[in-house]
Amino acid sequence: MDRKIRVLIAKPGLDGHDRGAKLIARTLRDAGMEVIYTGLRQSPEMITTAALQEDVDVIGLSILSGAHMGLVPRILERMKAEGLNDVLVFVGGIIPEEDMPVLLAMGVTAVYGPGTTTQQVVEDIRRYVLETAKD
Amino acid sequence: MNRSVDLQAVLAGERRALARALSEVENDSLAGRELQDALFPHSGRAHMVGVTGSPGAGKSSLVNRLAFQIRKQGQRVGILAVDPSSPFTGGAILGDRVRMHTIAGDAGVFIRSMATRGTLGGLARKTAAMAQVLDAAGYEMILIETVGAGQSEVDIACLAHTTIVVEAPGMGDDIQAIKAGILEIADILVVNKADHPLVEMTRRALQSNLELAHPQQIGTLERMHHHTLAFNPIVLEEDTEIKKDDWFPPILSTVSTKGTGVEAVVQAIRDHREYLQRSGQWRQREGARLQEELNELILEHFASQWRIGMNADQIALVVKGLLAREYSPQQAVAKLIAGGGAFTKTV
Repeated sequence: MDRKIRVLIAKPGLDGHDRGAKLIARTLRDAGMEVIYTGLRQSPEMITTAALQEDVDVIGLSILSGAHMGLVPRILERMKAEGLNDVLVFVGGIIPEEDMPVLLAMGVTAVYGPGTTTQQVVEDIRRYVLETAKD
Repeated sequence: MNRSVDLQAVLAGERRALARALSEVENDSLAGRELQDALFPHSGRAHMVGVTGSPGAGKSSLVNRLAFQIRKQGQRVGILAVDPSSPFTGGAILGDRVRMHTIAGDAGVFIRSMATRGTLGGLARKTAAMAQVLDAAGYEMILIETVGAGQSEVDIACLAHTTIVVEAPGMGDDIQAIKAGILEIADILVVNKADHPLVEMTRRALQSNLELAHPQQIGTLERMHHHTLAFNPIVLEEDTEIKKDDWFPPILSTVSTKGTGVEAVVQAIRDHREYLQRSGQWRQREGARLQEELNELILEHFASQWRIGMNADQIALVVKGLLAREYSPQQAVAKLIAGGGAFTKTV
């Protein structure tokens, strides 16, 4: 049996800076994961639908516009409505320190600001997915 | 995490259950195999349409527009989009959804991306099985997008009832068009990016190629089985009455980013279905596909039996002998088979 970690990388909201998202996508690919890349300007509905259809383990959200406090709760809400309770959400981008604990309290698994190494993201995803699989 | 899948929910088209079922089948788990067995009697209704062509020809954009058009006519659409896995890490970037924004929010469309996971030929090993799951879940039209195909990724012709080959203008001269391979499997040819100045040249090259091919068109089964002749193609007894009226693949122009010309492609898909049913080819192709599936499962079974009987030390020993040119690979295999997996160095 061949169980691959599947990750959805999405950019919600209106900012058009996708270098970070593409870099992460490429890094996860090189770590042997299957990355579904959905591109720019994804609505919370589009992201949730894609995560559901693709049966992913992880959703990675890249947000550089500062709209994370508005977008993330809407996505988590849609996920709950669709029954995606065991899908982990990772957020990366320009996230101020003081917002990080708030996002984590909402149910986000990890938040990454500027300066995060790609290796750390890979390790975290592997560890959290393994933990979820054990539950 | 409990990954059990509710069969009734899959049959009822419940999306979460369907997504899980697809994963189990893709991962070839025990649950996946049981699901396939249980779903099989419910399959065989959908029209499977393959979309293939070189990287960048516009396959994903065309699939997006085709699905949008088919939805307007009320049918539910399943999409399987295949992208390559890295041969080094096994990872993959599945980027076909980027072009499928027009249909992304439609509850009557189910899009699933999949990686080839080491399979050549343009599809993944489990693509056919996953198409069958979508079929059983009630999707009436299933669009299967292959990896960006070169000249010999022709497995799609065996899986699909209707194969669309997408070409972009300016991708080669008329010698490319007369080579064997991908153009031969087309039931419908689409020249995409038809707002490009070279479009007429490409159309003409394809047209003259088709005119050469069509008076003495070879049989469908022979065409589809050229690469895996494990068995001779079956002949279903009632097929002796098949009418031999030929299908001449239409060449259609589209600009799929704008949706231009897509209606005509959907019409051609419907015409082709009608032709297949009228001529008896529908059943013939179903038979060929199931036979191919049977072949693959048999080969898989024996290969895995064989692997169980072998151990890594033995293989290493055999390879050492090959490196030293003590015997040829063919002699090594003959020896291994004669010894039932055991290998003695004297050949």
